[in-house]
Amino acid sequence: MSDIVATNQTILVVGGGISGMTAALEAAEIGKQVIVIEKSPSIGGRVTRLYKYFPKLCFPTCGQEINQRRMAANPNITVLTMAEVTDLQGDAGNYTATVKISPRYVNANCTACGDCASVVEAELDDPHNYNMSKHKGAYLPHNMAMPKRYVLAPEIIATDDAEKAKAACKFDAIDLDMQEETLELKAGAVVWATGWRPFDAAKIQPYGYDRIDNVISSVEFERMMDPFGPTGGKLVRPSDGKEAKNIAFIQCAGSRDRNYLKHCSRICCMASLKQSTYVTEKFGDEADVSIYYIDIRAIDRFDNFYQRVKENPNVTFIKSKVANIVENKKNGNPVLNGVNVEGYHRYANEHDMVVLAVGMQPSVDKNAFPIELKLNDEGFIESDEANGGIFAAGCSADALDVNRAVQSATASALKAIQVVNRVAQAEG
Amino acid sequence: MSNLNTGMVEKYRNNFLNEVEANVEEGEWVKMCMQCGVCSGSCPLGPYWDHPPQELFMMIRAGKREEVLESTSMWMCTSCYNCLVRCPRELPITHIMHGLAHYATRLGIEPKGQPTRQFAQLFWDNLAKNGRVNELWLGVNLYFMNGFVNGIKVAMGMAGIGLGMYKSGRLSIKELIGGHTVKDKSGFKAMIKKAQELESARVDK
Ligand SMILES: Cc1cc2nc3c(=O)[nH]c(=O)nc-3n(C[C@H](O)[C@H](O)[C@H](O)COP(=O)(O)OP(=O)(O)OC[C@H]3O[C@@H](n4cnc5c(N)ncnc54)[C@H](O)[C@@H]3O)c2cc1C
Ligand code: SF4
Ligand code: SF4
Repeated sequence: MSDIVATNQTILVVGGGISGMTAALEAAEIGKQVIVIEKSPSIGGRVTRLYKYFPKLCFPTCGQEINQRRMAANPNITVLTMAEVTDLQGDAGNYTATVKISPRYVNANCTACGDCASVVEAELDDPHNYNMSKHKGAYLPHNMAMPKRYVLAPEIIATDDAEKAKAACKFDAIDLDMQEETLELKAGAVVWATGWRPFDAAKIQPYGYDRIDNVISSVEFERMMDPFGPTGGKLVRPSDGKEAKNIAFIQCAGSRDRNYLKHCSRICCMASLKQSTYVTEKFGDEADVSIYYIDIRAIDRFDNFYQRVKENPNVTFIKSKVANIVENKKNGNPVLNGVNVEGYHRYANEHDMVVLAVGMQPSVDKNAFPIELKLNDEGFIESDEANGGIFAAGCSADALDVNRAVQSATASALKAIQVVNRVAQAEG
Repeated sequence: MSNLNTGMVEKYRNNFLNEVEANVEEGEWVKMCMQCGVCSGSCPLGPYWDHPPQELFMMIRAGKREEVLESTSMWMCTSCYNCLVRCPRELPITHIMHGLAHYATRLGIEPKGQPTRQFAQLFWDNLAKNGRVNELWLGVNLYFMNGFVNGIKVAMGMAGIGLGMYKSGRLSIKELIGGHTVKDKSGFKAMIKKAQELESARVDK
């Protein structure tokens, strides 16, 4: 790692999701030196866990592939995975970042043949599938992972599994002596793109996410559609594996609620509208979707999408914030109780499965930033001069869809470029 | 119509929301309601209300003054606070319900014969007398609320509970003649009087 060159004209991008990748590419493709610091073992972020993108219903893998090729082809970009910024000092034009790199135990010789995984016995929760399934203690994070290189989980180090994996590798790619490393990197500007995490649905006590098997979250529902995902691409209930054709979506699960997240997460109305098309894609006319909402926020051009879903006779809209969910013990069906505000009708509706459209919150907690930043009440990074040469991109700045996240990343890249250009002029 | 009621109609004419904001406890919160309905769905007595909270809030905004104030709905609130803890806008719904009921009573247009209201009045009269609740008289008055014959029936039905309370020292027969009071009864009365003056001054202004 000592061969990394970083100067006051380098742009540091923290977080390698779609926003971080975009910012890195924008800067690198006009000739700036960029270092991407990604916490997980591969870049791509949360969009790699989506089945399709609204509004076009195309596959995220397509855009990922294009971006990954652009990155791989660009010598100005260095990507450090399993890396975190533990400290950040200085100001615009002159930052020093302390970066901690966790050992992967697999070096660049890896061809992703998977021989190591086939001999390892330990199985661990797979975060790519929101822990709905397990992966081996030696694993590739997912099919589109970049770098396409296996990882040995720290849990199997110093066990027989680690030795077995090493013995199985024909390319001498497994290095059990790898240690945690700490680097100090210079940078002129920083693009902060650490993204979001789903709101913890278990906190919404009346919805019983932690008590009722067939109440799941929207991010888990996305994973069910992936043919390589935890259910092999089937929409089935966690309790008994039965096909879930009658599905309820509950909007604003955690958002727009002063007890939880105050803000509107902005993408979840569109996410549920999109996911309603998954149900019709699977079950055609047998699909029976109910969307419980306060008001549908399909902003500007997304309204077309909303209108199209509304025309579908298999999708019903119920204007109501559901009061609570109980389980019908006989069949495992969640029963939703509440009042339909249009006409004030009280209901107790039974469904096969309930999807909570959970809110988005910043992935980094308010007090966990390595340098003081101006944040708003919800912990998103403000665009503020006090933040000097640090610019937020994507969902670390606000709850955004991919289109808007990418726009925000481009804007931040431009601001970062201006800072390092000023440094270059001063240094002559 | 009471004078106060006519006065309020005059004063606020077409704006019931303003009237509620100025005169009902926590009334300034009403406009914050976003009509999500979670309060109505969460109320354990909800099915028995003519108009659950979120409907009342919409009716206030729509200026349905008589329908709201003469309604029995807010009298159904048992202060369980289910709605209040769930409201995503943190409206103090329970307090607004009591505020509306109280305001209707002040105006003299509250629903007559509504049992919760009657009980509340009995409870208050009982408490205001000595500064302490006289359980025995409260019970007796309550049982005979709907006439003598009915009262005997209710009282006999409740005899077991009464006996239990008597045995455990929760109910004293001495309460029939006078009963226990606060230490400074005249001070207590003066305090209540002052509070009532302040309240009148607030509403009349
Ligand atoms: C259910 C659901 C469905 C959605 N569907 C769509 C859709 O169909 N279309 C659409 O446009 N949008 C959709 N979205 C929104 C989309 O997921 C986001 O817009 C997108 O993920 C934003 O990308 P990002 O790069 O800003 O954040 P992320 O994807 O969260 O990427 C952040 C990256 O930073 C890394 N990181 C985090 N912390 C650190 C740290 N401390 N140090 C270093 N790295 C770190 C993470 O590992 C990750 O790789 C959906 C969202 C949800 C919840
Ligand atoms: S986008 Fe829709 S579901 Fe999400 S918080 Fe906003 S209104 Fe609620
Ligand atoms: S819960 Fe709150 S915001 Fe929702 S309808 Fe009731 S008062 Fe209005």
